[in-house]
This record gives sequence, C-alpha cells and structure tokens, in this order.
Amino acid sequence: MSTLFTALPAAAGALTDAGQTSTAEAVLFWTLGPLMVLAALGLLLARKAVHAALAVIFIMISLAFMYVAQGAEFLGVVQVVVYTGAVMMLFLFVLMLVGVDRSDSLVETIRGQRWVGVLAGLGLGVVLAGVVGRATYGPPVGLVDANAPSNPEAVAYLIFGRHVLAMEVVGALLVTAALGALVLTHRGRLTAKVGQRERAERRLRDGGHPVSLPAPGVYARHNAMDVPALLPDGSPLDSSVPRVLRVRGQEADAREYAARIDRVLAGGWAVGAGTFTSDDEYRGGPGGAVAGGVVMRDPAAGPDAPVDGTDAPTHDEEDGR
Amino acid sequence: MHTLISLTSPAVLPTVVEDVTAPVSWAGGQYAVWLVALPLLSAAVLLLLGRRADRWGHWLGVLASAGSFVVGLGLLLGLLGLPAGQRVHDVHLGTWLDAGALSIDAGLRVDPLSLTFVLLVTFVGTLIHVYSVAYMEHDAARRRFFAYLNLFVAAMLLLVLADSYVLLFVGWEGVGLASYLLIGFWNHRTPYAVAAKKAFVANRVGDVGLLVAMGLLFATFGSLDFATVEAGAASGTVSQGTMTAIGLALLLAACGKSAQFPLQSWLGDAMAGPTPVSALIHAATMVTAGVYLIIRSGAVFTAAPTAQLVVAIVGAVTLLFGAVVGCAKDDIKKALAASTMSQIGYMVLAAGLGPIGYAFAIFHLVTHGFFKAGMFLGAGSVMHGMDDQVDMRRFGGLGRYMKITYFTFMAGWLAILGVPPFAGFFSKDKIIEAAFVPVDGQPWRAWVFGCVALVGAGLTAFYMSRLFFMTFEGQKRWSTTKDGAEQHPHESPALMTWPMIVLAAGSVGLGLVLSRVGFVEWLEPSVGHAEHEEPVLAIPLIIGLTLLAVVLGLVLAWRRYAVTTVPVTPPLGTALTRAARVDLHQDAVNDALLVAPGQYLTRSLVYGDKAVVDGAVTGLGRATVGVGDLVRRVQNGYARSYAAVMVVGVVVLAFVVLAARG
Amino acid sequence: MSLTHYLVLAAILFAIGATTVLLRRNAIIVFMGVELMLNSTNLLLVTFSRIHGNLSGQVLAFFVMVVAAAEVVVGLAIIVTIFRTRRSASVDDVNLLKS
Repeated sequence: MSTLFTALPAAAGALTDAGQTSTAEAVLFWTLGPLMVLAALGLLLARKAVHAALAVIFIMISLAFMYVAQGAEFLGVVQVVVYTGAVMMLFLFVLMLVGVDRSDSLVETIRGQRWVGVLAGLGLGVVLAGVVGRATYGPPVGLVDANAPSNPEAVAYLIFGRHVLAMEVVGALLVTAALGALVLTHRGRLTAKVGQRERAERRLRDGGHPVSLPAPGVYARHNAMDVPALLPDGSPLDSSVPRVLRVRGQEADAREYAARIDRVLAGGWAVGAGTFTSDDEYRGGPGGAVAGGVVMRDPAAGPDAPVDGTDAPTHDEEDGR
Repeated sequence: MHTLISLTSPAVLPTVVEDVTAPVSWAGGQYAVWLVALPLLSAAVLLLLGRRADRWGHWLGVLASAGSFVVGLGLLLGLLGLPAGQRVHDVHLGTWLDAGALSIDAGLRVDPLSLTFVLLVTFVGTLIHVYSVAYMEHDAARRRFFAYLNLFVAAMLLLVLADSYVLLFVGWEGVGLASYLLIGFWNHRTPYAVAAKKAFVANRVGDVGLLVAMGLLFATFGSLDFATVEAGAASGTVSQGTMTAIGLALLLAACGKSAQFPLQSWLGDAMAGPTPVSALIHAATMVTAGVYLIIRSGAVFTAAPTAQLVVAIVGAVTLLFGAVVGCAKDDIKKALAASTMSQIGYMVLAAGLGPIGYAFAIFHLVTHGFFKAGMFLGAGSVMHGMDDQVDMRRFGGLGRYMKITYFTFMAGWLAILGVPPFAGFFSKDKIIEAAFVPVDGQPWRAWVFGCVALVGAGLTAFYMSRLFFMTFEGQKRWSTTKDGAEQHPHESPALMTWPMIVLAAGSVGLGLVLSRVGFVEWLEPSVGHAEHEEPVLAIPLIIGLTLLAVVLGLVLAWRRYAVTTVPVTPPLGTALTRAARVDLHQDAVNDALLVAPGQYLTRSLVYGDKAVVDGAVTGLGRATVGVGDLVRRVQNGYARSYAAVMVVGVVVLAFVVLAARG
Repeated sequence: MSLTHYLVLAAILFAIGATTVLLRRNAIIVFMGVELMLNSTNLLLVTFSRIHGNLSGQVLAFFVMVVAAAEVVVGLAIIVTIFRTRRSASVDDVNLLKS
C-alpha cells in the first residue's frame, strides 16, 4: 500500500501560490469530471438497473481518484473499499436477487412528475452551483501542513482522538444495521419443522407400511418391474409394482406368474436346465396381449437375469407409492 | 316530601281579602299535596308497569281519583271549620326556580275557589273513571287510557291549586298534554290524530298569551305568585295600559283553553276522543280552566276595565256562536260540544262582568260540569247501545229502549234549559240577571249583554231540545246501520248507568242545594264580595222573559223534531244552517287568515333557510370538500411525489434565502 | 484550475442524483441516486477540507461513508423484503401511504 502512495507525487494536493491546482490535477479533473457527469446521466437514464449500477461504480472509482488527487489518500482507499467493494457489490447482489435482466419502463405514471422532477433537479443544480460558485472564502490553504506526516496518520489522530466517541457510536450503528438487515430479511417458519421422525409417524398414521415394500418380481417367475411380487401364500402384491406402471395399465397379470409358480414348485421348471425357455413359450400363449407389456425389458438382459427374485433390484420405495 | 309539606308558610297570605286580619297557620293545607300526588303516582305506575298492570290498572286509576276526592273532602271540612276570613291558605312546597331576580317558590293555594274546583274535578272525574271502566272494557289499551285520565286529573288539580302563574302554567300545559293524548287516543285513525294536533296547536296559541302575560307580570311586579300580583294590581300604581295588555294576554290564554272565540275551532274536532274524555275534559273541567284563570286574575281585570269589557264581548260572541252552531249539528257529540262552547261563553261573559259575575260564573261552571258531563255520558251510553253511531238523524225513539239513559239525559236537558227546580235555573238565570246590571253606569252594556244572554237562553232551549227529541223521541230511524245490519239499542251496564244517575241527581238538585247553603258567600274569600246592584229590568221580569224564551225554543223544537218526521238525510237548509254545520266557516276563515299565510310564511322561510342559511353552510362544506379534493391530489401516496415536493421546497427555500441575502 | 470546479461538479452530481430519485421507479436505482447524492456531498467535504487546510472535512466524509454503508444494508434489506411480498421493486407500488 505504501508503494502506491510513494508512486504518487510527494505532496498530493499541493497548490500553487495563487491557490490553483497543479496542471496534472487539472488534466485529471477535466478528464474525469465530464465522464462522471455522463455516468451520472447514465444512472438517470439507463433502462437496465445493472447498467445504472455500473455507471455508479464508475463514478465512485473516479471519486476515489479525485480524493487521492486532493490529498485525501485515506478516503480514496476507503471509497474504493467501502463503496465500490462493499456497497455496490451489495447492490449488484440485490439486483440479481430481484431479477438482473429486468429492464424498467421509463414511461412516467404519475401525472406531471416528470416535469416537476426535471425542473426541480435543474433548479437544484442551478441553485447549488450558483451558491458554491459565488461563495467567497480566503485563498485555499492546501493540506500539505495538515497531512504531515501522512494523510492516514493525521486522519487517524482526528478519528481516534477528537472523534473517538463518534467512532464508537458509528460502530454500534453498523452492528445495529447488520442486525436490522438480518431481522428484516428473516422469514419466520409458518409450520412446524418436519423431520425423519415426523415423516415416519405420519406414514404409520396414514396406514402405510412400516418398512419398505417388496420389490416387484419377488418370488415371481419374472423379476421385471411390471411383475408384482408374490406373497408367501402365492397371491400377488399389486403395490409392489411402481405406481407409474399401474396407472398406465402396463402392469403384468400376476396370476399368470402365480400359476407358473405352482408349476415351478412342482418341479416342472428344470426343462432347459437353467436356461430360460419358458419365457418364449409364454409369449406365444393365450396371454399374448399381456405379454406386450412385458417386452419393456431389454431382451438381451433377459436370459442373464436370476430366476428367482431373492436379489431382485430394489427400487426406490417412494416410487411404489 | 315530608320537609316540603311541613314548610307551611304563613307569611305570604294574600291581601286581596280585606277582612283577613292575621295570617293563620292551618295544618290541613299540608294534605293538599296528596291531591296532586295521588293521581300523578297512579299515572306513573300505570305507564311504567306496562302490561303487567293491565288486569287491575283501571281500578288503580279509579282509586287514585277517588282518593283525591276524599282528600279534597277532608280539606273542605277543614276549611269549613275556619272562619270565613281565614279560608285562604298558601302551602309552601319549597324553592323551585332560583335564577337571579327570578325566584319562584312552588306552592299550593288552598282556598274556596280552588277547593271548589278540586271537588268538581275529583268527583266528576271519579264518576267518569268508573264509567270508563265499562265504556273502555273492550279496548286493548284501557290501562293507558286510565293512566292518561289520571295524568289529566293530576295536571288539572295542579292547575287549580297552584299559588303562582308559573306552577299554574305547569298544570296548564299538563292538561293540554293529557287532552292531546286523549283526543288522539285512537290515533291510528288519521282524522283523530289530526284533531288531536289541531287541539294542541290551538292551545299553544293560547299558551303564548299566558307566557306573554307571565312575562309582563314579572316585568311589572317582579314576582309571579298570586298574592304579589293581586296586591300589586290592587295598589293602583301600575299603568292602565300595562294592565290592559296583561288582561288581554290572559284572555287569549283563556280563549285557547276554553275554546272561546276566535280559538274555539278545536273543540268540535276534539270529540274524536273517547266519550268519557269528552265528558271530563272537553265539557266539565279542562275547558273551564280559562274561566278559572280569568277569575283567579280578577284583580288584574278589575284594574283593566277595557280588558274586562273585551272578556265580556268574547263571552257574548262565543255564547251566540256556539248556540247557532249547536242548532245545526247532527252529530250528537258535536252538538254537545257546541253547547259546551256556548255555556262557557256564559261563564266568560259573567267573568267579564266583574266581581258581580265571578261567583255566578263559578256557580254555573259547577252545575254545568254536572249536567254536561251527565249528558255526555248519556251520549256515550247511546253510542254504546247504537254501535258507535253518532248521527242523531239515525236515532229517534230511543227513550223506550234506554230508560235510565233517557231519564238521566232528561235531567241534564232540563237543567241546561234552566227550568226552575233544576240546577241550571239557579246558575244561568243569575248570570242573565247579572248581565242586565249596568257597569260603571253604562246602561248600553247592560242592555246588549242582557239581550244576548236572553237570546242565548232561547237558542239553548231550541238546540238542546232538538238534540233530546231527535235522540229519544219521535220515530225510530235506526232500522239499519251504516253497513246495513240490524241494530238493537240496549241499556248500558250498571258501571255506566250509576255515574249517570249520580250526575243526574246533581243536575236536578245541585243548584238548589248550593244556593241554599250559600255557595256564593263561600266563594267570597277568593273572588271578593260584590254589592248587590239593581239590573235595568226588574228581576221577576228577567226571569219571566228567560222562561218565555226557553219555552219558545222548546216548543219550536218539539214541533219540528218530535211531531214531524225528521229526514234521515239532512235537508239543504238555509244559508245560515249550512254555515252553522261547518262551524260558521270558522275553519275556512282560520285557513284563509292564519293557516294559509302561515304555511306560505313557513314555506318561504324554509326556502330562505335552505337557500341562504343552508346554502352558506353547505356551501362552506362544499368549498371545504372541493379544496380537499384538490389537495387530495397531492396526497397520492407515491413516495416520489412527496420527494418531489420536498425537493421543490428545498429549491424554493434556497432561492428565497439567496434572494434575501442579495 | 480553481478548486471551485470541484464544488460545481459536486453540485451537478447532487442534482442529477436528486433527479434520479424523483424520476426513477425502480427502488434500487432510486437508492443508487441517494448514494450518488451522498458521494457528491463527500466530494464537497473533501474539497472544503482542502480549501481550509483542515482534516475535519475528511473525517466527516469518513463518517458519512460509514453511515451510508449502514443505511445501504438496511435499505436493501427493506427492498428485498418488499420484493419478496409484492414481487415488485417499484416504489410506486408501495403507495399505501394513501390511506
């Protein structure tokens, strides 16, 4: 940081004997001043809030330059850090929150407001400029003496010396403002928090299963998603099939598979010595219409699938509801 | 109550009675409060208890009225026990109003005059209460009726017992209110409600007179109690003009209350009320309040001969007016009302004759109260038997069906005619005699008033006989009613006939009894003593002429209404008859002279009020609203607008500051 | 170049910032107008500090920055809250001041 200061002219803000600024400073002013006014007009006229924010950022950085040029190095840095670094970033965050690509209509809705506003602004500018332009004060003193040994040090003496109480109060104000922002943006919880325990209790209260449902195809001839699991007594459990399939009517008829079970239990299954031939048989059987729904399975995967569903793929229990 | 009663003030005895030697404290006066309190309490109970009192309320009303009568009787005995000079007592009840120079004590005056009224009101009132028990039996609002009747009795007693004009005014307004309530008792019928309103308004006109009189009295004498006024009027220090003004204002009040010309038009319509009301209020008692007021203010009129003359003229005019109207009315109650008007005209005439007539006015008032109330109750009995038919042309021959009503009515009829042994003879003939007495040596007044009274007697005989014959004699004309059903005239129940019998007994014998026991002398402490003066004609001659007029009227009526057949529909008649049927166009005259201009005035006032006053007020309001509307535009709720205002304000302020600094 | 130029520049920026507040409806842009006004004031303070040879102006500008930072935090939180409830960041939609 100190290198920055040393890079600047030794006595920033030094004045000539006639109270005029140095030529370099004049160049800086005439460069930045019109640009700042243009940027300010940009703020006034921009349709998009982001553009306006960029214009303001430009003005603030320019102001930081001017502060430094006027011998207020500390303020220049603070300007960059606080305004451009914090405040304007905050603005941009809020802009993003509100909708960054929203462009405002410039059509005036309050009757007469535009003319009143323009006239009042012009009048304000004229009056203020007239006042400061006509104000008389002695020859400018300059900050060379006041800034000794350096501007931040001198300012620090003032802030932590004469204005220490104000410093403390302002600190309290900042904390209060932060708390206020927290309170303002806080959203109170309208309903009680729902956790795992509450979910489980609600499920039992509604008459659901305490544990997960069996996966489709358990104990059935097939373990495809559309085949209901079979209960120990051989009756199919419809709710084991995913709800989507049931709604679409793509659920397989469990009785067919239940009938096969009997045959399997009777020992009639080992015809192909582990190969899966009965599937094709069935497809040509009387239940052909139903079989259309079974084709969902990738035929290539079929022969490799396990015969009984002891390790059937577990689908998400929520899907079964 | 106890402290009020015990504050008997002996210090303010009136000085009008010359022979009062010393103030006398008399404990009996305390009880006078109960005269007013009993019916008032009963009225309050009946009104406040509502339907809970429906079963026994009417008997409470009768009891309250009878209780007042008993108290009055006790007071009478007490007064009779005192020497004549000590019979005027003011009972102090306490300070009522105390405002600066105006300090009014509430007090009652118990003297022969007020006690006479008390006994008349309570006795006749009690009889009519009893009568009403039966008469109103089928009316759902009988309890309310009795509450009003009791209210009336209380107000009337307060009126006659008050010892100052202010308290009298309270009673005066109270009877006005009761009269209004009772005339409009069946106010679901619009004409009855209108009649009640008419009576109320006409009475208000008279009340203005009483208020003006009170104002003048207070300005003149600084007090409104009778004692001070009487003393001040007798002192002769007050100018004639003031006394005349007071007297005329009092006369206006009396005209309003007593239905004297020109404020008499309400009385006929007041017959809309139930018949007992007509008997009690609009025949026997309330309408005589004006006579009472004039006689109570006798000192004022004595000091104002002009006003007194006007009183006599008003009485004479009303006397003839009522008699003429009475000759043409076919409605039995309205005919009786006209007769009442005429008879009160007699009383006012007597009251206008000065102290010589006061006692006779009261005498006639009492006897009239009996026989007129009796006849009204008889009329009510007839209506009761004839399904509320009031048209006499639809009566006829009823005497055969209602024997008791027939004979009691006949007693009243003969009494009002002034046939010798009956009550009216002793009172009315005295008034006629007094009318023939020249006042202040002016014979023309004696002749005019005497002849009017004489003609009035003849007319009275004619129209009362007409009423009697049309109702009870001749052919029966009631074969069909208005709606065609057969009618069965029948006698009324005992509760109705007994009061009629009692009143008929009074009609027969009261005059004789009262003149024998010295009624006139009894009244002297109140109304003053009058020296006997000779009329312009010999007294036997006056009596003879009066009887002649009465017989003439009677015979004429007999020939026209008993012998010949009375047409059921009224014939066209002469112009006078037609005019008399509509009260000699009194309503039309009132309409043209008072109502129409009054309405025009009020309409223009209303217009002016709307245009100017309301215009100013609403204009102010509209201007405010307009300005508010304009300013409201600024308050559009947009923060940017407010910010703009602020910035403009800053610019203007800065500009002003800069400009000020040059 | 006279130091007055800095002052005039500050006045112009301030006026433009005020006009932005009056004319723009997007609450965020309005807020940026406010920030611009604050910054122009800071420029004014710094320049006057230089004119008078006194660092108090700079200290004041420093405090203005800190307070502005606090204000931005709260202000943006309010804007976010309003946007969350009304799905709009237009200051004209928040016209409940009108009864």
